[in-house]
Amino acid sequence: MGAALHAVSGVAPSSPGRALRLVVLLAVAGGVILPILAGLWETARAGFGILPAIGAETLSLDPWRMLADLPGLGTSLKLTLLTGLGATALALVLAAGTCAAVHGRMSVRAGGRLLTPFLAAPHAAVAIGLAFVLSPSGWIARALAPLAGWDRPPMLITVNDPWGGALILGLLVKEVPFLLLVMLSALSQIAVARHIAIGRALGYGRGIVWVKVILPQVWPLIRLPVMVVLAYSLSVVDMALILGPSNPPTLAVMLLRLFSAPDTAMLLPASAGAVLQGVLVALSFGLLLLVERGGKRVGLWWLRRGGRGLSAEPGLMLTSGVTATVMIAGALGMLALVVWSLAWRWSWPGMLPESWSLRAWMAPGTGWGRALWHTVLLAFATTGLALALAVAWLEGEDRARMRRARWAEALIYLPLLVPQIAFLYGLNVLFLRFDLSGGMAAVVWAQALFVFPYVMIALSDPWRALDPGLPRAAAALGAGPWRRLWAVKLPVLLTPLLTAAAIGVAVSVAQYLPTLFMGAGRIATLTTEAVTLSSSSDRRVTGVYATLQAGLPFAVYAAAFLIPVLAHRNRRGLQGGGPGA
Amino acid sequence: MTLEITGLSVRFRNEPPLFAPLDLHVAAGEVTTVMGPSGIGKSTLLDAIGGHLVAGFTMTGSVRLDGQEVTHLPPEARRIGLMFQDAALFPHLSVGDNLAFGLAREIRGRAARRAAVEAALEQAGLAGLYERDPATLSGGQRARAALMRTLLADPQALLLDEPFSRLDAARRAAMRDFAFAHIRDRAIPALMVTHDPADAEATGGPVLSLTTEMPGG
Repeated sequence: MGAALHAVSGVAPSSPGRALRLVVLLAVAGGVILPILAGLWETARAGFGILPAIGAETLSLDPWRMLADLPGLGTSLKLTLLTGLGATALALVLAAGTCAAVHGRMSVRAGGRLLTPFLAAPHAAVAIGLAFVLSPSGWIARALAPLAGWDRPPMLITVNDPWGGALILGLLVKEVPFLLLVMLSALSQIAVARHIAIGRALGYGRGIVWVKVILPQVWPLIRLPVMVVLAYSLSVVDMALILGPSNPPTLAVMLLRLFSAPDTAMLLPASAGAVLQGVLVALSFGLLLLVERGGKRVGLWWLRRGGRGLSAEPGLMLTSGVTATVMIAGALGMLALVVWSLAWRWSWPGMLPESWSLRAWMAPGTGWGRALWHTVLLAFATTGLALALAVAWLEGEDRARMRRARWAEALIYLPLLVPQIAFLYGLNVLFLRFDLSGGMAAVVWAQALFVFPYVMIALSDPWRALDPGLPRAAAALGAGPWRRLWAVKLPVLLTPLLTAAAIGVAVSVAQYLPTLFMGAGRIATLTTEAVTLSSSSDRRVTGVYATLQAGLPFAVYAAAFLIPVLAHRNRRGLQGGGPGA
Repeated sequence: MTLEITGLSVRFRNEPPLFAPLDLHVAAGEVTTVMGPSGIGKSTLLDAIGGHLVAGFTMTGSVRLDGQEVTHLPPEARRIGLMFQDAALFPHLSVGDNLAFGLAREIRGRAARRAAVEAALEQAGLAGLYERDPATLSGGQRARAALMRTLLADPQALLLDEPFSRLDAARRAAMRDFAFAHIRDRAIPALMVTHDPADAEATGGPVLSLTTEMPGG
């Protein structure tokens, strides 16, 4: 009775709620924020000459001089900016145009289902698949061969091109679906249909209404995810290794080479470069804010002129056409992984192998069995950890009856906004000092830094959309806070919980740099192996690893979809994606 | 200026038409009221006339404005204004910029356009509120701003979807007078959907009831 009265009356937050919040806050601060800051600090120290582990103990600018003297650094920086800014800008334009073109013609759920495979697929698998399709002996060249009269694979540089085109395409395959999903969810908070009707009744074409009225409302809701995309695109390692230019490569790849060079003296310029990578991302954020400011002024000037303009419809058609092409290329890449893993003889210019074989799959003992086991173990451990922390955080907010502060929201995004390479090396230095590096626990923890934000973001909206009447009714029946959580909230939120878990698994499986650095190269996962193999000539084995790497998140997503369907088969109120979906 | 509707009916996919085919003639400066039970498709009728039907809905019949067939024109080319009960001011723009968005393109030049918007604000009793956030306006102020935004686009007809139902009784009467006076002044035909018989009475115009089509009839 006391609990019931308390829950309904809404007096001061209960002390258990406060305690829970404190525990969660400490866990996030100590487990996520501090390590990132400490990692940045250690990296910066090494960048300015202090790395006691290799006997460097004097503060100096020598690492920066060494970095500046590296051949190709200027080109490398230009490439990094070109691919990073280019991919982000293109992804944004394509996603916005496609959103405008399909909105109202396709339900959010159908769209979400279409996008899921692209969101689930790890970056490295997408990159390897694209490399298979784009390469001079890939499907595109084979399809063109009869027309172009090629009797052997053409001598063209299509993958690892010096302009970073293949890398930009690879990033688009991952980033456009991500931004589309983010935009669709932002649009659900805006009265789109009504505003479009008003705009058109005032004489503006559909496309112009999107640009002048809808997108300015969407932007504040997607700014943070766009910054995540920007930071990622500027500092991506695995995709850049597989698809990007190789000599010189982008900055992040160049740094990885330096960090893993046999000469430990190179660790100093590598650290300086990692700092530079961080500065590059920070400057890009600044640029984004400047563009936002400028865009606002120009937009307002344009809007006040009242021009009804030409129809923007052809532009929308063009962007959705390009988006479809990008996604088809990505899907073909996924298919190519499977086909190559099963191919035996596949001669030019046949579209399919002449003979098939399971040989590449037949020897799990030699490698992929172990890598799969590590990957599954890491995925479940990190996701479990992240999910527990996220539920504790959200439940703490509920019990304290508090909305999330803006700084807390920013804290959640922090690990996604700082380039991995800028703090992971420094973190590893710390781990080595405490003799923690190279173990499973270290890798679980490093991966959880990136899994937690995504799980938290995925779970927050559905959690808040839960009908508050349900826990209130439970409280009125005498259920205490823990029983309300276990017996009411979590079962009702099963679908979003599983979706968040699937996202967590996909993020964990995709981690390359944290696994490599914190595992000290000793913990082989599907991703680290696939990236290593991607430069080898045996496409069959590479295909096996990349297929498994992509297949694991797909399987988990399928389970996340099926389990609620089965569990709730007699509960119509819980079908259809659950609250907030 | 007149709005003429002949044999208009709307259906969703293969379902039967929402209401019996409608014939209607609205004279210039006149407000015709459409009433009828909930769910019969009064708002959908306005959507059909304005060209805003959502995917899945199809219409038959014709809409003519001043003798001109507009049935096959996109909504932006019809010049038929639209007013909702919640005003639907764009939340990211200031009150004045909402009006500037509506202001017809024929008025050119920064100063002239600004002056036109300021004049409209004054007419609506919103003088000096150009920079205000629309969310901080009262319900009546919002409704007047939305009406001015619509009128600044120089529409040839006006559709009102329960425009006053969010206002309290005192404001409702004032807003009604304000809206109908503007409609008369500009001599444009208007079609209003409402639940409130007092709204219908205040128009002084014809009242029409939507009915479902009798099976076999």
